[in-house]
Amino acid sequence: MSKRNAYNDRPVYVIDGARTPFLKARGKPGLFSASELAVNAGRTLLARQPFSPEDLDEVVIGCAMPSPDEPNIGRLIALRLGCGDETPGYTVMRNCASAMQAVDNAAKDIALGRADLMLAGGTEAMSRAPVLFNDDMVNFLGDLARARKPMDKLKVFSKFRPGHLKPVIGIMKGLTDPLVDLNMGQTCEVIAHKFDITRREMDEYSVRSHLRLANAVDEGYMDEIVPLFHKGKVLGEDDGMRRDSNADKLGTIKPFFDRKVGKVTAANSSQITDGSALLLLASEDAVKKYNLKPLGRLVDTEWAGLNAAEMGLGPVYATTPLLQRNNLSLADIDYWELNEAFAGQVLACQAAWEDDEFCQKELGLDKALGSIDPEKINIDGGAVSLGHPVGATGARLSLHALNVLKRKDQKLAIATLCIGGGLGGAMLLERV
Amino acid sequence: MSNKHWKLDTDNNNVAWLTLDQADTGTNVLSSEVMQELHNRLNELEAQKPLALIIKSAKKSGFIAGADISMFETFDTPEQAYEMVRNGQGIMDQIENLPFPTVAQINGFALGGGLELALACDYRVMTDSSKAVLGFPEVKLGLCPGFGGTVRATQLIGVTAAMDMMLTGRNIRPKAAKRMGLVTQIVPARHLDKAAEMIALKPPIKKARSLKFKAMDSLPSRKVLAKVLRKQVAKKAKKSHYPAPYRMIDLWEEFGGDPQTMYKEEARAISELMVTDTSRSLVRVFGLQNKLKAGGKSKHKFEHVHVIGAGVMGGDIAAWCAYRGMTVSLQDREYKYIAPALERAQKLFVKKTRSAQKASYVMDRIIPDVNGDCVGQADVVIEAIYENPEAKRALYASLEPKMKAGAVLATNTSSIKLEDISHELSDPNRLIGLHFFNPVALMPLVEVIGTDTTNKLDLEKGMAFTRKIDRLPLACKSSPGFVVNRVLTPYMNEAFFIANEGVPLIEIDKAATDFGMPMGPIELADTVGLDVAGHVGKILADAYGIEMPDGLEEMLEKKHLGKKTGQGFYTYDKKGKPHKPKAENYTAPADLAERMVYQYLNEAVAVLRDGVVTDPESLDAGMIFGTGFAPFRGGPIHYIRSTGANNIVAKLKEFENKYGARFKPDAGWDAFITTGENSNNTESE
Repeated sequence: MSKRNAYNDRPVYVIDGARTPFLKARGKPGLFSASELAVNAGRTLLARQPFSPEDLDEVVIGCAMPSPDEPNIGRLIALRLGCGDETPGYTVMRNCASAMQAVDNAAKDIALGRADLMLAGGTEAMSRAPVLFNDDMVNFLGDLARARKPMDKLKVFSKFRPGHLKPVIGIMKGLTDPLVDLNMGQTCEVIAHKFDITRREMDEYSVRSHLRLANAVDEGYMDEIVPLFHKGKVLGEDDGMRRDSNADKLGTIKPFFDRKVGKVTAANSSQITDGSALLLLASEDAVKKYNLKPLGRLVDTEWAGLNAAEMGLGPVYATTPLLQRNNLSLADIDYWELNEAFAGQVLACQAAWEDDEFCQKELGLDKALGSIDPEKINIDGGAVSLGHPVGATGARLSLHALNVLKRKDQKLAIATLCIGGGLGGAMLLERV
Repeated sequence: MSNKHWKLDTDNNNVAWLTLDQADTGTNVLSSEVMQELHNRLNELEAQKPLALIIKSAKKSGFIAGADISMFETFDTPEQAYEMVRNGQGIMDQIENLPFPTVAQINGFALGGGLELALACDYRVMTDSSKAVLGFPEVKLGLCPGFGGTVRATQLIGVTAAMDMMLTGRNIRPKAAKRMGLVTQIVPARHLDKAAEMIALKPPIKKARSLKFKAMDSLPSRKVLAKVLRKQVAKKAKKSHYPAPYRMIDLWEEFGGDPQTMYKEEARAISELMVTDTSRSLVRVFGLQNKLKAGGKSKHKFEHVHVIGAGVMGGDIAAWCAYRGMTVSLQDREYKYIAPALERAQKLFVKKTRSAQKASYVMDRIIPDVNGDCVGQADVVIEAIYENPEAKRALYASLEPKMKAGAVLATNTSSIKLEDISHELSDPNRLIGLHFFNPVALMPLVEVIGTDTTNKLDLEKGMAFTRKIDRLPLACKSSPGFVVNRVLTPYMNEAFFIANEGVPLIEIDKAATDFGMPMGPIELADTVGLDVAGHVGKILADAYGIEMPDGLEEMLEKKHLGKKTGQGFYTYDKKGKPHKPKAENYTAPADLAERMVYQYLNEAVAVLRDGVVTDPESLDAGMIFGTGFAPFRGGPIHYIRSTGANNIVAKLKEFENKYGARFKPDAGWDAFITTGENSNNTESE
């Protein structure tokens, strides 16, 4: 592994962050577009800063499935936030890590000295993912447009078949790997099988995610959330949370991806949700100039590639070199935010680090790397209970990790996630 | 004097460009000088015979705003006006009869006479800017178009569309104007010259008038349609109050088939309308509006407004400021108190922008701010919390250190004196009042309140800010009830007294609307909220001894607060429509309107005597734009002058004997009767 070092030249500080509540997709387009979600989180975040939105050097937004009427949503959001014509903005797409990539891009620009003050994060309105015409229908419409004479038109019409109307569901395409032809849930089945994770373990993990989130809400730990408003009501909480969740009940739900025989169900997977999470990053100069109080420092970031059929192990492949490069062991990390794409996938990652053979063969280690204390990982729930708006999650993980460090008065955290297509991303964060 | 306003150039293609750049003003109007010079220029053009003529404006603001209104007041008789109007019609005819194509190039508004000039041209190209408008606003001044507009508009776009424009005075935007056929082409402003030139060089063939339009001009269909139109107008305005729209319908019904006669009759109609009391009053109101606007002329930077209190007033003020382009932070104790305000804002923006998307962009500018994080960024901080002096003082104490230098601190209090809440500020003279009226989006007036010692600069900023958000500022001295509520209260009280006497509510309201009020006092009280009316009433009772009627307390105890609780004097259905019990076989006493209106006038005179406003014109403006006092009567003081103060005082004395001390004529009347004017107050300006 090369000795890459992320941001050492100029430190990158995380000043503040905010997110919307994550709203579960309920089979219909959600209440807010992706840019509206980001603007709702962003304007409150910016309003409490001692600088104006126009002082930002750039806005970088991750979004995996922007709607057709929000082209280059990063720039659109910058303008809607009042950052002015002169603050550029762009959009980043790296599937589930789009927001983490956006934060990394912004951080790199700060480290390089190209920027001092950046707004970065992600937004996703999964409920509004496009539904498309299939190829047959597009061809039919094309032929129809070309047919001039009534007889020609009639001829084209005669070729119409009901199958033309079968839509292409954008979100299903987006959550399926085109090369290995597995959807994300199936990749979890693959690694759950590999590490012998049981259905019961997945369901118990999922229940714990919900209960941990419920506890965090009750304790007031979710103050990173900026509420949304609809029809005179405040939408202030992640609405996929189930306080009454229990493993026996979850055990009755049918497998969703490998039908009948699999272990992964809708209930032990992350929820399809709409939401946005944003971070404010600053250089040392900007911290001094505006007298900012950083939440923490973004120490290092690692991206890794792996077999797409096992994409859920991405955190293992990304985190291991990140730890090695910074001379850290698993135990040195005070708190973990390891994205709960699937309960089985979180458990498989931990199992992989505990597996001598895997660590030797895949990570080039002498033996197993070790275990993560369950009380240190995803302590306020995760995507299974609060949802996974793919383009936004990366920023939420980093923001929440820093908030946990502050609350627990600890030093180091890692935010990491698996990425469709066989990728892993990990960020090392330090409280300052 | 020649060539002062119009510039004539001829280009390489022998196309003549006639540009109006009226001297010494930012807006072109058709003054007599401008018209005379136009006539001379047209004479030159007749001799010069260019390939085509393009008429355009050199003003950024737009094409031509209409006739010169100040000219109207110089006519004492219809005959004088008739001569001027016919003269103008002749010049329009001259344009129409030029032996080469003519193009009007409309770069913004073209209103009244400006639109009529454009209509006299063969073609019209117009900018597609959303700020550009065409319209016949004459009806709003109690007039009809006079430079051939009634004929040419009807010919061009058909009687239905033309009448709609002329009877309502509403503005037509570029896209609609194109759709109606009012303009030939709309283009982005940068292409106006090119488009006009292309038309001039290659004039499109004009379409013949459609059969439908022609059929509508026949006498039988004119008769039918005129009836329908009269019915529609009657819903909006009484003939005795507003004769102009009726006159326009008559004009078309009678002469719609004969353009040449109709031109003459149009001139006769506008000339006669011009000397009516209604038109004189409405022209006066137009001037008063400009006077109020001029009150907020000074330039300051207003970008961010912070509003505290997301109730009906605070929330709606925030929404209006955002709609007018401000960044707005809205503070209240919890998000749940802000949510309803955001919902109302959203609805307002959808209604105003006619697009959910655009509304959502306006919503971007409202920041819910429970922590008050934005106070330090605000150029104006408006407090709109509940009416409690201690709470307000405590709030200001926390706000003042956070506010940036030069920011305005304003209260929306409707009843508390500034002196009672400002004294703990480190600079007690910085607090001003910005008193908005409910509903904020519909009520154009804002009372800008100061004491004798309030910083002039802060007051000036308050006036300028009010203009910035497109409201009309009325400078008032800090005193209980300020102007609008103080004058309205005795009037509404009198309605309650009358109700207590057993007169059916609907008859009370009818007496007021017959006088010309936009809404009866009973319904108005219900709409404002009886708790609010009662609260203000009590404060005024304490301050000025204004007598309160019985019965209100009991209604408040029963939570019969008016429209908002579904029950006040009237019962309201779910949509907020009042159920008004009919008064069968009842003849109301003849003095209802006078009793209520004279209370109103008596208090208006008192306000003037107290020096709450600087001059009678401001008072008239305030009462018209703040309470909708019958505009065709020109305002309470104007009404007093035209009715005669002596007559009103005599009547007040009669009422005093009959109904009680509350009708005692105010001391202010003395000055009125002796000088015909409240001399004390005009001097103090």
